Amino acid sequence: MPVSDFQPVIGLEVHAQLLTQSKIFCGCSTAFGAEPNRNTCPVCLGMPGVLPVLNQRVAEFAVRTGLALECTIRPTSVWSRKNYFYPDLPKGYQITQFDQPICEHGRLVIDTPQGEKSIRILRIHMEEDAGKSVHDAGGGQSLVDLNRAGVPLLEIVSQPDLRDADEAVEYLKAMRDVLVYLGVNDGNLEEGSFRCDANVSVMPKGSTTFGQRCELKNLNSFRFLKQAIEYEIARQVDVIESGGKVVQETRLWDVNKGVTRSMRSKEEAHDYRYFPEPDLPPLHVSAEAIDAAAKALPELPRAKLQRFTRQYGLPAYDARILTAERPLADYFEACAGHYKDYKKLSNWFLGELMRLLKEEGTPLSALRFTPAQLGELLGAVDQGMVSANAGKDVLGEMFRTGKAPSDIIAEKGLAQVSDTGAIEAVVDDILAKNAGEIEKYRAGKKQVFGFFVGQVMRAMKGKGNPALVNELLKKKLGD
Amino acid sequence: MQLTDLTMLELAAKLAAGEASSEEATRASLARIQQVDPKVRAFLRVDEAGALAAARASDARRKSGSPASALDGVPLGLKDIFLTEGVETTAGSRILEGFVPPYDATVVRLLKEAGLPLVGKLNMDEFAMGSSNESSAFFPSHNPWDVARTPGGSSGGSAAAVAAREVFGALGTDTGGSIRQPAALTNTVGLKPTYGRVSRFGVIAFASSLDQPGPMTRTVADAAALLQVIARPDAQDATSADAPVPDYSADLEAGVRGLKLGVPREYFTEGMDPEVEAAVREALREYERLGATLVDVSLPHTKYALATYYLIAPAEASSNLARYDGVRFGLRAKDARSLRDVYALTREQGFGAEVKRRIMLGTFALSSGYYDAHYLRAQKVRTLIREDFTRAFQQVDALLSPTSPVPAFKLGEKVEDPLSMYLMDIYTLPCNLAGLPGLSVPCGFTKAGLPVGLQILGRPFDEAGLLRIARAYEREHDFFHRSAPL
Amino acid sequence: MALTLEQVRHVATLARLSLTPEEEQRFTTQLSAVLDAVEQLQSLDVEAVEPTSHATLTSSRLREDVTRPSLPPEKSLANAPAKSDTSFAVPKIIE
Repeated sequence: MPVSDFQPVIGLEVHAQLLTQSKIFCGCSTAFGAEPNRNTCPVCLGMPGVLPVLNQRVAEFAVRTGLALECTIRPTSVWSRKNYFYPDLPKGYQITQFDQPICEHGRLVIDTPQGEKSIRILRIHMEEDAGKSVHDAGGGQSLVDLNRAGVPLLEIVSQPDLRDADEAVEYLKAMRDVLVYLGVNDGNLEEGSFRCDANVSVMPKGSTTFGQRCELKNLNSFRFLKQAIEYEIARQVDVIESGGKVVQETRLWDVNKGVTRSMRSKEEAHDYRYFPEPDLPPLHVSAEAIDAAAKALPELPRAKLQRFTRQYGLPAYDARILTAERPLADYFEACAGHYKDYKKLSNWFLGELMRLLKEEGTPLSALRFTPAQLGELLGAVDQGMVSANAGKDVLGEMFRTGKAPSDIIAEKGLAQVSDTGAIEAVVDDILAKNAGEIEKYRAGKKQVFGFFVGQVMRAMKGKGNPALVNELLKKKLGD
Repeated sequence: MQLTDLTMLELAAKLAAGEASSEEATRASLARIQQVDPKVRAFLRVDEAGALAAARASDARRKSGSPASALDGVPLGLKDIFLTEGVETTAGSRILEGFVPPYDATVVRLLKEAGLPLVGKLNMDEFAMGSSNESSAFFPSHNPWDVARTPGGSSGGSAAAVAAREVFGALGTDTGGSIRQPAALTNTVGLKPTYGRVSRFGVIAFASSLDQPGPMTRTVADAAALLQVIARPDAQDATSADAPVPDYSADLEAGVRGLKLGVPREYFTEGMDPEVEAAVREALREYERLGATLVDVSLPHTKYALATYYLIAPAEASSNLARYDGVRFGLRAKDARSLRDVYALTREQGFGAEVKRRIMLGTFALSSGYYDAHYLRAQKVRTLIREDFTRAFQQVDALLSPTSPVPAFKLGEKVEDPLSMYLMDIYTLPCNLAGLPGLSVPCGFTKAGLPVGLQILGRPFDEAGLLRIARAYEREHDFFHRSAPL
Repeated sequence: MALTLEQVRHVATLARLSLTPEEEQRFTTQLSAVLDAVEQLQSLDVEAVEPTSHATLTSSRLREDVTRPSLPPEKSLANAPAKSDTSFAVPKIIE
């Protein structure tokens, strides 16, 4: 059977580092990039005698995420120990949640070529991250840095509802958008603060029994996720086609070779011996706390995108870009309160504003001008008080100095001359000085018209209203 | 009369009156250690410089009229399970030999803040696993009342040091009887508070849902005073209790008239030493004479407590002891070439037989295919044991029983027979499973001159009640005045 | 229940204990005896009983999300059997 006769079945496990100041069970900083073991204390070093105390923001973020993903929130969830030995796991166990996680039974809607699709969320639980090992540090040594040990994570496990690599990528992007919108995660795949493992299996089309699955790791970009899943599907089909059986195992995506390969050493004698963590009482979340969190939930990316197309009449393309990040969407809406041609506003956002933000490397939060001022500028362009081109310069100046658009227009003398009398005087003057060119024009050399426009505009230092200049020139030239 | 013969409160009174200095008391304690510890072997480590510095600071505070607490200046010993910043802490194990903690346990900090000089670290069964002190990786401690015998365990060094008057008091920890049993075997008072009453932060964990630090002293009043210093909620221990801390000394002398004291029939079983039983029964009659009513009660699941304990405690321990892996602190096997060796050889060489036995048992009880039948079932039986106590305390104010079924046994007698060693805890460990407070108070001696202890168990957070009941009995006897024949 | 030598070896592997052959034998006997003794729990009907995993269920102590000073690395690593700069060192991890 060819690959097309097989149905892939995919589930994703997302690990999202929570945007807290301090670690999940101690006061050490979660900051990235410090010297090894700079952000450690007896608790996250797993020293004798230490005890964990839960960072309450971790629970708040978990509840917020659970509600956004339409999960049921457990009033009482239980911490467990997952026992295994590894140098970057200081206590010899990871504190996580096992049989009673904080959130269960949710969903995330994604777009597919066949339309909307709802992907079920099996569970979300809180846990601590492990440290980092540098495996080959020379001298036959590996080095262990525990700065990451105890950084709070949410693990979000989907049901095996995804059917191809594109759906998996779409799901991961949608998940990232939601988490970033909620302010619980920075969505950074490269630094590993947002990462995912994929469970992949294949079964003959029409079958209802899932095949044996493999867990893929090291998928730290959307591209790798897609490549790894596609490779793995083909590999599993190959194994089956050649009469073999897929073995349940963990496989690592090899970026350089573009293949998944077995991590056999991880397979040996794993028995995590989960049991309830006696050092942490079960976590209680009251109905009132859940209600309050639900009320405080922001509008989510998908709902916002739909509203932008509806409320502002924007094309889906525009709405998607404007809603990709919450601050940009918020700023657009603030500006829309001051300027009603939403499509034109969107054009300015997608064009000039985003160019400026990118070029200057300025975050939106550091913008120096107000939405009202942007509205004022666009109004001035519409009314011909300033040319569209000059308007871009004004925006640039507003961006750098935070001055009011009217002040910039006045200071720089950018105001467009729309006074017919003033323009007419210049036009007459230019025509009077260029009798020869008039002859050429009248003889049929129509491109000379451009010459006249250029002369008038130069004389007016670019401030003549182009429409009026054109109109008057044509009239005088007898067209 | 030497300074070391004083109780904690007697010494505190002298310090307050300016009749003695903390430095004198600390030097007396150090001298006594030098004199008798070669026989008792209670100490793993003496911190002479640290103790004397603390004593001098205390004297300065007393002199300036601003003592840090009522016990400011009273020298104390610590079971070597409490982390002390800058002072080696081993939990009686080779695997922690040379480990110098970078922080103080919460209770150590509280003692320091209250001004008590800490003279040294006391011997214990390795990681508190044992009932005789013989599983200490370094040497066994000896019972001051008969140096051929055990002082009990696991806080045996603490009990021996207090009984030998090497220190005025000590802290121990109790997971299945490790404060109360050695107290009973050494004619001292040992109090295991309600789970959560005293912080476990900085106390090397044996079994996290059972461990609880507590005072070990010569008198009930001393225990009350010491508990007062260490009982409080701790932001660094999520299991520590918010319950208000009463004045433990306020009702000490209130007597037992009108109280109902339960006598659980399951705690008077075959296998109990007849002299122990006789002494305890005599104490029961004493309580009746003092105006209490004895009530026959039943705790029907008592016989399951030992099995329940020996699944839960090793399971938790197997996980708690995973951190001793040769990576960040403590021993690393010299011949370890691979990572696997770092783990397996370090742990093989660093842990003693009893610790390995319990790690093996606990690992098995949690392992795939056995969890439900062993660990989970034990947790369910634990619920039944708790419920037994809840029902009993609807009828009575406290329960009375022997602390240990036998008096101090000979060193070496039970080492090769783990099950018979485990039986030493049958009266003490149900209290840990239920999280309740328990206290052992001296109640006489056998003909051979070996101490016997009476155990009093109470409702959650009723340490004051236990102390009052114990004091009513203590007041009628001179046991605590007797000194061990060293 | 009686443990087999095989089971004892498996458990020792999980627990990262490199037991001597003599210890394997001794633990097989001793642990079997303990497991026999705890067998009595099987006679209880605990179907409807909730397990007790924590001695106290009253507390729900949480901490605020504020950072506190970490240890200086020289203190974090002061007890390390082997280190390199401010990292803990172990024999090379083979994946």
